[in-house]
Amino acid sequence: MSRIEFNKVCKRYAPGLPLTIKDATLTIDDGEFCVFVGPSGCGKSTLLRCVAGLEDISSGDLSIAGVRVNDLPPAKRGVAMVFQSYALYPHMTVRENMAFGLQVMGADKAAIARKVQNAADILQLGPLMDRLPKALSGGQRQRVAIGRAIVKEPKLFLFDEPLSNLDAALRVQTRLEIAKLHRDLGSASMIYVTHDQVEAMTLADKIVLLHTGKLIDERGSVAQVGSPMTLYHRPASTFVAGFIGSPKMNLLPGKLVGAEAGHALVEVAGQPVRAAVDARAVAAGSAVQIGIRPEHIVVADTGEGAALPATLLHVERLGDASLLYVNPGAGLPTMTVRAEGSVVRPAGTALSLRLLPEALHVFDAAGQACMRTVELPV
Amino acid sequence: MNQRPLLGSVALYAAAALVVCISVGPFLYMVLTSLKTGAALFDPAIWPKQATTANYTALFEGAQPFGRHLLNSVIVATVTVGGAMVLAVTASYALGRIRFKGKGLLMLTLLGVSMFPQVAVLSGMFELIQALGLFNRTLGLVVPYTIFTLPFTVWILTTFMRDLPGELEEAAIMDGCSPLRIIFQVFLPLLWPALVSTGLLAFIGAWNEFLFALTFIVEDDQRTVPVGISMIAGATAYEIPWGSIMAASVIVTLPLLGLVLVFQKKIVSGLTAGAVKG
Repeated sequence: MSRIEFNKVCKRYAPGLPLTIKDATLTIDDGEFCVFVGPSGCGKSTLLRCVAGLEDISSGDLSIAGVRVNDLPPAKRGVAMVFQSYALYPHMTVRENMAFGLQVMGADKAAIARKVQNAADILQLGPLMDRLPKALSGGQRQRVAIGRAIVKEPKLFLFDEPLSNLDAALRVQTRLEIAKLHRDLGSASMIYVTHDQVEAMTLADKIVLLHTGKLIDERGSVAQVGSPMTLYHRPASTFVAGFIGSPKMNLLPGKLVGAEAGHALVEVAGQPVRAAVDARAVAAGSAVQIGIRPEHIVVADTGEGAALPATLLHVERLGDASLLYVNPGAGLPTMTVRAEGSVVRPAGTALSLRLLPEALHVFDAAGQACMRTVELPV
Repeated sequence: MNQRPLLGSVALYAAAALVVCISVGPFLYMVLTSLKTGAALFDPAIWPKQATTANYTALFEGAQPFGRHLLNSVIVATVTVGGAMVLAVTASYALGRIRFKGKGLLMLTLLGVSMFPQVAVLSGMFELIQALGLFNRTLGLVVPYTIFTLPFTVWILTTFMRDLPGELEEAAIMDGCSPLRIIFQVFLPLLWPALVSTGLLAFIGAWNEFLFALTFIVEDDQRTVPVGISMIAGATAYEIPWGSIMAASVIVTLPLLGLVLVFQKKIVSGLTAGAVKG
């Protein structure tokens, strides 16, 4: 059993400073892979360190497996942490590094040897066991750091940006290894901190997206909790919509004309746009924003959906696709469109963008999303 | 790499030879003089015509307990270094790694204390030694020596301690280490070079110290070796026993030489550690 519950957890580093974490309330289930993600300065590492016990919680409760751990020292919480810099003990061999934590806890020698061997087998560290950390590559050090966590057989693993010191190729490989490790270890939960949304989307069962700046104070630290697909398809606010997905979602200002159960009508740049959302909670005539992801915009002269004429400003060709930066007319921000890669379009071309109702998001004046009414992947 | 011109090489080696002569010369003269006796001492020839160890044997068989002085010095210096290291390592952990108010002021005070010349605190120190009942005891010297060596040792070790990575300490905390275990099992092995360098300097300081040793000890048996040497007397009041003094000086230098040679590598890495990222 390793359910982790946060109940209105707050963290203030010093009196007089603003809250770094405000009212974080969430639950991480048994064996769940939870990723804390957010822009820099959102307090994701702080929240992780609160779980580890390296930072005190200012108010609120944190419980692991039903036990309130606010006042428990780190070693008594049943958690193991993998640090960004790996933090291997430089004077100890790989074997000693992995055994050290168990020795401190006072486990007997045979058990330590067995657990270390077991972890070494899982991570294929066998031939490296008697080397010092300085004789290892970055990826190997990373594996030793993970091994040091595994031997403790914790209820909860904590990863603090573990891939940020690796080069791009190794990062992808290690990402896969961590995902596999999580599958193999079964019942242990994991909390993983990253600023990279690709890591978040690929690894997580549950993503916790955290607010930054003054949004922390206005709405609390947690922007949205949910599966990767939920955050992608049903972002709860413009903040979430802007953070998840690359390139960013396009947001256009508009005015709500009318709302029914299945769809809403929004006026954008003087023309009506139909969106498959339930906007009945928003007063008709109030200002709203419509959102559409670059990959959901269709470039076509005829067809379904509201047409939005635009001028092509710049093209980035990626091979499989091209990113088109377009100007949709006066008063509207520059939009990004992800289009098929083989078509050549010179800058200055006039385009017609199609906004399909099923692809549209609508956010009210405060930036909160209206429920989408279409069937979406979970 | 370019080939150095011949003239350059000659100049370089000449300069190196000069430095060696200046720094080793007096020591060499001391060694050679210690091998002479009687009238040969006043012979301007540098190399002794008849080398003899008479001065050395006389030293240990003379009226003064020279062996005892040596032993006293070894004990005092070792205890001073041992005590100072334990105190300095724990203090530097607190000063280098724990956040508390007034730390900067405390560090400055430490530095300020070490600025006082020995003479300025001599009388105060005398009172202290008397109050502790340590007057005229060899081990009593450990107190003033530790007081004088600690500020420097703490200051140096604190800078090293502060530069150790924070995540290492946090990893140890996650592993369940108490502060003492962090200091002695995680940090200490990383601080060895710094410890050896500062320890050696503390040892040399205690080994060479003269003023306190002269003031706080009056009994011959309790004296340390620097004072012992100054008290070596000739056959008559008008004779300065150069041979014995030189022999004693050679003997006193040897332990330091030995220590430096043994720890040579550590010292170098200690003095340069932290200068560049490893």
